[in-house]
Amino acid sequence: MIEIDKVCKRYGDTLVVDTVSLAIPRGGVVGIVGPNGAGKSTLLSIISRLMKSDSGRVLVDGLDVMKTPGRELARRLSVMRQENHVAARLTIRDLVAFGRFPHNRGRPNRDDQERVAAAIAFVGLDAMADRFLDQLSGGQRQRAFVAMALAQDADYALFDEPLNNLDIHHAVSMMRLFRRMGDQPGKTVVIVLHDLNIAATYADRIIVMQNGRVVGDGAPSEVINGHLLSEVFRVEGDVIEIDGRRVVSVAP
Amino acid sequence: MPPDRPRSARLVLVAVTSLAILSAVAFMTLDAKGPWSFILTHRGIRLAALITVAYAIAVSTVLFQTLTGNRILTPAVMGFDALFLLLQTSLVAALGGAGAGAIDPRLLFSVECLAMVGLSGLLFRLLFRGEGRNLPLVVLSGLLFGALFRSLSSFLQRVMDPNDFLVLQGRAFASFNVVDPSLIGVAALLAIAATIIVLPRLAELDVLVLGRDRATGLGVDTARLSAIVFAVVAVLVSASTALVGPTTFFGLLVANLAYLLIPSAQHAKVLPVAIGLAIVTLVGGQMLLERVLGFGTALSIVIDFVGGVTFLLILFRSGRR
Amino acid sequence: MTVPPRPLLLGTLLIATALLAAASLLIGGGYAWSDVLTLEGDGALILAASRVPRTLALLLSGAGLAVSGILMQMIARNRFVEPSTAGTVESASLGILLTLLLMPGAPVVVRMLVAALVALAGSALFLMLIARLPLGSVLMVPLVGIMLGGIFDAATSFLAYRFDLLQSLGAFGSGDFSIVLRGRYEFLWIIAGLVAVAYATATRFTILGMGEAVAVGVGLDYRRLVVFGLIIVSVVTAAVVVTVGAVPFVGLIVPNVVSLFLGDDLRRSLPVVATGGAVLVLASDVVGRIVIAPYEIPVGTIMGVVGSLGFLTLIFWRRGHAA
Repeated sequence: MIEIDKVCKRYGDTLVVDTVSLAIPRGGVVGIVGPNGAGKSTLLSIISRLMKSDSGRVLVDGLDVMKTPGRELARRLSVMRQENHVAARLTIRDLVAFGRFPHNRGRPNRDDQERVAAAIAFVGLDAMADRFLDQLSGGQRQRAFVAMALAQDADYALFDEPLNNLDIHHAVSMMRLFRRMGDQPGKTVVIVLHDLNIAATYADRIIVMQNGRVVGDGAPSEVINGHLLSEVFRVEGDVIEIDGRRVVSVAP
Repeated sequence: MPPDRPRSARLVLVAVTSLAILSAVAFMTLDAKGPWSFILTHRGIRLAALITVAYAIAVSTVLFQTLTGNRILTPAVMGFDALFLLLQTSLVAALGGAGAGAIDPRLLFSVECLAMVGLSGLLFRLLFRGEGRNLPLVVLSGLLFGALFRSLSSFLQRVMDPNDFLVLQGRAFASFNVVDPSLIGVAALLAIAATIIVLPRLAELDVLVLGRDRATGLGVDTARLSAIVFAVVAVLVSASTALVGPTTFFGLLVANLAYLLIPSAQHAKVLPVAIGLAIVTLVGGQMLLERVLGFGTALSIVIDFVGGVTFLLILFRSGRR
Repeated sequence: MTVPPRPLLLGTLLIATALLAAASLLIGGGYAWSDVLTLEGDGALILAASRVPRTLALLLSGAGLAVSGILMQMIARNRFVEPSTAGTVESASLGILLTLLLMPGAPVVVRMLVAALVALAGSALFLMLIARLPLGSVLMVPLVGIMLGGIFDAATSFLAYRFDLLQSLGAFGSGDFSIVLRGRYEFLWIIAGLVAVAYATATRFTILGMGEAVAVGVGLDYRRLVVFGLIIVSVVTAAVVVTVGAVPFVGLIVPNVVSLFLGDDLRRSLPVVATGGAVLVLASDVVGRIVIAPYEIPVGTIMGVVGSLGFLTLIFWRRGHAA
């Protein structure tokens, strides 16, 4: 379980994360949505200890993220940020192999190699596993980074806006992948998303943030409604149901 | 991994090492006139200095480029050589030429190295506090501190007694041809110490290539690693500066050639290749300039120039992609 | 922070200039007051042959370098670019060395022209290089410029070494105004003309500072304007380097400080920048002459200290903002 306990973060005069408390138990796909500047990415950074909170704390399976040694935490928690540029010239296989680092500290064995191959296959890149990253398209590169997170095999995998720059086909493939990841027993996937329809379709639980606070938390059927659209996102539209899925349609 | 790669990396390593050994032997034996005992000591000392410097510059540059995530920069821009000069100048200004001259140069050197590590640590901490991951900021600050120190040294030199200035000139302006042999031992020891510290951390440094955040996400203590390696870089740069003076672009040349030959950028492979290339360039270069072209004293200038042109080429190439 | 209105700022600076100029004329003594008033005798000679030219040289160089700085900042669209962080100064020095090598008897005008040409080429090279840097690497730009300068330095050193001109090299290293004499500094007057031209075309440069897309959209010939700006900068830099040597950081500190008060509209800020540059260089010279009198510390050294500290302050100050 990830326990977020009264976390605050300030940038200058603005309270970017305002006393957020959440519990994220193991299993399934959790989506975090909210308008720009709501604090979603900041919260994710704080959970994954990439950023220090001004107050409050985050526990992952009982371990305080700021106090636990990196190597210990990395086995339980992985994070993928938005930009996917790498300075060195690496092949997909090289990159994904790094995902095993928390487990083998740089000395890969047979088991690691198998897991790396499996992760690359999971994202559908096995045909080009030995190509260099700069030879790939944006979507393929994105998938390579997801494979790295997969290889890391953490119990909690965090993704910050992984669908940016992907066309609808690739966005859907990616979300299907995340769904498969979250369906594996004991694995949790937490994704920051912009697209409400995607969140409604694939997430088990949606957390809504606005102005640094959590203003909604529950299943898509509870959270995706007209109130969300008008009060949080301040747009006019309708929420309808197709095949039991919530669908958002915005008025022009 | 494709079958070619481990083989070709090994090939490169063997080739570079052989060339390095060859150039060392040639340096010692080519065009040898006079009694062997004299040649051995005279050339031997210079060879030892060149090898130590080659090692220090190659390793410090590769490590620095990993830390900064940038292949265009070298630690020389951090102003360490300027700090060195300022320390020397202040010492002479404070104690006078005779007073400063009385201190054992090795002791002085060790103290100065410590001071440099201390100051670079301060700079590092100052700039990395508060999630400032802005590395160009660190480097630019280092450069500006360098400019500051150089100007302050200039100022002190104007103010001091002309006799003291002569003493300073003798001590502070080392070059490839004016090496203080007593310092070689200390420098070599520092190089060995640096190796011992860095060797177990090579795997972690490989991960750093992915960027700070990703490395942290994979469990690397990036802050601690960076601080330690930065200190090592400071020590190595001060060692080489004390021996042969400042060398701005040489490290750049050698590091980037090494990356060309070892594209996977794994430190365990890149470092030995870089060191080998550095030895070949310095030892071979000195030999070439001295015995073939007759430009005996121009090594640092030529190397700087060639390194600089390489830098431009790299910049151009990096943009095209 | 309430911004003082421009006339107030300009007025203050002009008064400062006048005071410093007076100080510059008077420091060092060497003559009687009566001489000054009657314009005869040794005092008048010193004034006419050394002090007045020196003061004028300081004024012109300071104004010219500051204006060059702001022009380059508009062209490169980066706050930290100026002749000494873009390789311009070093390429001018290379140019001078080339004239010493290839045309040893050439008059100063020729030296200056060649230096300006090489400085132009060097600056153009700089611009081409930074065009290849990834976007958003604000601090990489001056870094690349400084390293480029280092390369030109290395080339110059190499040639000087090869052709035994190392001693002459030292002569135009660090900006030293003590060598200014009547008859030796007049080329700096070209700066006055260039600054006037820059003022006349100030608005175009402001637009240039918003980027190629905007400039072209408004109907400006982008390339020609860039070349035009670089020519101004190169000639100014060459004139200063040939006459007194390198004076670093003036074009960096002054425009940045002025922009804090007046923003980036060149038409408004150019006069203030020019005067500010004059004040800075004058002040440095005055300090340099007082601190260890009767000996002098060259302006280049003082600006080295002041400028690097100023630059450091700037980059830390602006760290919070996206530059």
